[in-house]
Amino acid sequence: MKQKVSPISTAEYIKRYAKRCITGPISLLKGLSVTVRYFFSPHKIVTEQYPENKKTLKMHSRYRGCLELIEDENGENLCTACGICEKACPNASINILSTKNIAGKKVLGKYLYHLGSCTQCGLCVEACPFGAIRMNQEFELSNESVDSFEMTLNKKEGRG
Amino acid sequence: MIDPVISHPLGDFIREIIPIPEISFLINALISIIAICAVAIGTAPILIYMERKICAHIQCRLGPMRLGFHGTLQTIADVMKLLFKEVYAPKGADKFLFYLAPMISLTAPFLALTMIPFDHNLQVANLSVGIPFIIAVNGFGILGILIGGWASNNKYSLLGSLRSGAQMISYEISFALVLLFVVMVSGSANLMDITQSQSGTILDWWIFKIPVLGFIAFIMFFISSTAELNRAPFDIAEAEQELTGGYHTEYNGTAFAMFYLAEYINLVTTSSLATTCFLGGFYPPLIGIESIDTLLLKVPGFIWFAGKVFFMISAYMVVRWTFVRPRVDQLMDFEWKFLLPANLLLLALGATYIAIIG
Repeated sequence: MKQKVSPISTAEYIKRYAKRCITGPISLLKGLSVTVRYFFSPHKIVTEQYPENKKTLKMHSRYRGCLELIEDENGENLCTACGICEKACPNASINILSTKNIAGKKVLGKYLYHLGSCTQCGLCVEACPFGAIRMNQEFELSNESVDSFEMTLNKKEGRG
Repeated sequence: MIDPVISHPLGDFIREIIPIPEISFLINALISIIAICAVAIGTAPILIYMERKICAHIQCRLGPMRLGFHGTLQTIADVMKLLFKEVYAPKGADKFLFYLAPMISLTAPFLALTMIPFDHNLQVANLSVGIPFIIAVNGFGILGILIGGWASNNKYSLLGSLRSGAQMISYEISFALVLLFVVMVSGSANLMDITQSQSGTILDWWIFKIPVLGFIAFIMFFISSTAELNRAPFDIAEAEQELTGGYHTEYNGTAFAMFYLAEYINLVTTSSLATTCFLGGFYPPLIGIESIDTLLLKVPGFIWFAGKVFFMISAYMVVRWTFVRPRVDQLMDFEWKFLLPANLLLLALGATYIAIIG
């Protein structure tokens, strides 16, 4: 059922018209004040002059570049080879190859990361229960050979 | 009988050294044409660069940065690119009208520029019907757009040109009525006389001289001239998102450059008109204090004129990059239901003001 719009009286129409005559210019002035403020504040510019400022360029902390294992100064990582990131990855860019250490415990052997198929969605980072991986701010990832996209992220065997 | 209207000292000087009136008139006309072309074509690349920079900074970008210092050579490179491009008409287009349209479009602002007094003696034609002439000449722009859209055999072009035709003819009325207001209060349609009626302090400019009405008239002039210029928020003619460019969809190369040039020279012309009619033309903004006024008077008039035109152009540009485009019906509503009645009311109030105060 369609609701009928009741016609407004002439007095009401004139009232609304007069109100809009006042609020309209005010809202336009508000918009103008925003643009003029941006125009006179050059420090708000977000454009980067990329090849020229290569040395000083800093990516934003939330930028998702290449995947990496969080390592301490000795190169030890927090990965337990649970494989949750492997399951979270939508296009199978992660392979966890686990081994057994001397004590017979399952530890991380090789953390294989295929950059070529990775879409930088960040689901693996969200899935990791130990906070062992992160996306770094590296963005110059192009390379001449396909082999360089097949990476082994861990330098050392996991501690378990 | 040709009446050489070029009345500045340079014209008198040439008339003096060449006794034959026809030849001296020709030389004078040539000098005027070269001067107008230099002003118009010289400012257009600067304006394009300015527009790109202003729009970039409003949107937190940098704009052109690579070519020359801060991208200053970018527009020159763009102009060169446009000039060297192949010019072709689409299949089924009316070739004659297709190539005629940009030329007609470009004629209008040049003709209007001849009327503008840049300084006490810097005016090409001192016509007594300056304002009606400018209103008449502005119609050429609409004609060019209509012909261009019609001749290019493209539905988007036709739609854009018809829309812009309706828009520009509607807003032409408000434009003319506001100018009529200025003619009424200054008592002359001659642009030099209008300028001279504003000599004195800053409060003698028509924007301030009549207490509130002057400012309202200025705002109305600003709105209707924005629509006349086909600039956003009234860029129904181009409406890139809806019509892929409107009337100049099918144009490229030099023909497109001419449309583009016409747009920016029109900007200069309209800003000059606003400066002449409301902002005191080439007179400096004197404030009534002796010591400052003598300093201000030392600056030549054309620099004040250029400064005011620059201010107007920046205002147009900031407005362009701030406001959103209204729908076509809203646009027509605004003109016929608000701006035109308001203009008539303004004229009546102005007449009352003159009758009572003088």
